[in-house]
Amino acid sequence: MAVTVLDKDNFKHEVLKADKPVLVDFWATWCGPCRMMAPVVEKIAEEHPELKVCKVDIDENPELAQLFNVMSIPTLAAFKDGQLIGTAVGYQPKENVLKLFA
Amino acid sequence: MMDIIIIGSGPAGVSAALYARRAGADVAVVSRGSGALAKAEKIENYYGLAEPLTGAELEANGIAGAKRLGVNFVEGEVVGLAMNEDFTGLVVQTPKEAFEAKAVVLAAGSTRLAPRIPGLKELEGKGVSYCAICDAFFYRNKTVAVLGGGEYALHEAEILLPHAAKVMLFTNGKEPAVKIPDTIEVHKEKVTAVESENEGGMERVSGLRMEDGTITLINGLFVALGTAGSVDFARKIGAAVDNNRVVADKDMATNVPGLYAAGDCTGGLLQVVKAAYEGAVAGLAAAKYVRNQK
Repeated sequence: MAVTVLDKDNFKHEVLKADKPVLVDFWATWCGPCRMMAPVVEKIAEEHPELKVCKVDIDENPELAQLFNVMSIPTLAAFKDGQLIGTAVGYQPKENVLKLFA
Repeated sequence: MMDIIIIGSGPAGVSAALYARRAGADVAVVSRGSGALAKAEKIENYYGLAEPLTGAELEANGIAGAKRLGVNFVEGEVVGLAMNEDFTGLVVQTPKEAFEAKAVVLAAGSTRLAPRIPGLKELEGKGVSYCAICDAFFYRNKTVAVLGGGEYALHEAEILLPHAAKVMLFTNGKEPAVKIPDTIEVHKEKVTAVESENEGGMERVSGLRMEDGTITLINGLFVALGTAGSVDFARKIGAAVDNNRVVADKDMATNVPGLYAAGDCTGGLLQVVKAAYEGAVAGLAAAKYVRNQK
């Protein structure tokens, strides 16, 4: 599945009311580690149809970063049933990201 | 743009330089001087030594040999590593200069673990950061602290200055190793804890507890202790780090295109023979990468 791009208008619907666990990648264009994270996140979206994979450009959506207490990027946030169940900060290999849902 | 820059002039860095140079690449080694090897009193377990050598001698011999083969050595403390703007190369930053290269080998040794200040690890991502360039954005008009007192800390503080309302430097009981400009407030007392506040179930950094019990209020803390090591550079550029080691494959390549790692920073045996081997592999792989870019 493709990665869903989030903003303040669709966030609630796509993440908090999703019918499956959601991975959210908080990123920005100027952040080197975020650039390295992007292909990993895309791969997870491809290989794990049981997850919904989304990304938030924090430069365009600072209020979403604030809402979820994101103060470092990249931050990978895992949601289940509308609840935040785990986060990881900095570049993470695929296995580490998937562990957030374990 | 240079072909290859090697960060670190120990056995891993110099071996990488030798092999890359012999493979036809333009190579420069950037380092601030001696590392772990120079501290070794006696080396007698390395191949080809009829008599023991001091670590310092072995290191000096290595550098002299590499110079003879045309490797350039630049003295300077590396304080930053990033991709260039169009993502065609890597930029190695020293306090005075920035060098651009198609490939970089991280061979700056292992990094000491951060001091055990309560709260430091727990609050990572909640106000504790290891990358000013990534996270300065979150501290617009806020008060931030940098933990450290050398060129590296100053570099991080300078990245934060245009964003934050106030930047303070906490040297944690030491004298600053470099001149700190007046725009940055310096605190020399020891830091005993990173304090946090909890707002609606969300925890974030709120201050630093000092040795005398007082708390200095801050919104964020950037860790930049001592000199930046390979792991610090890996984190800033997005190379995988596991357990304070840079993750590299059998070609010593990291997950960042053009970035290789060798020696103590990849973990395992902290020995010259292992550093030299990994340096050789990294140097050859980097030279091949550069050739394929052309």
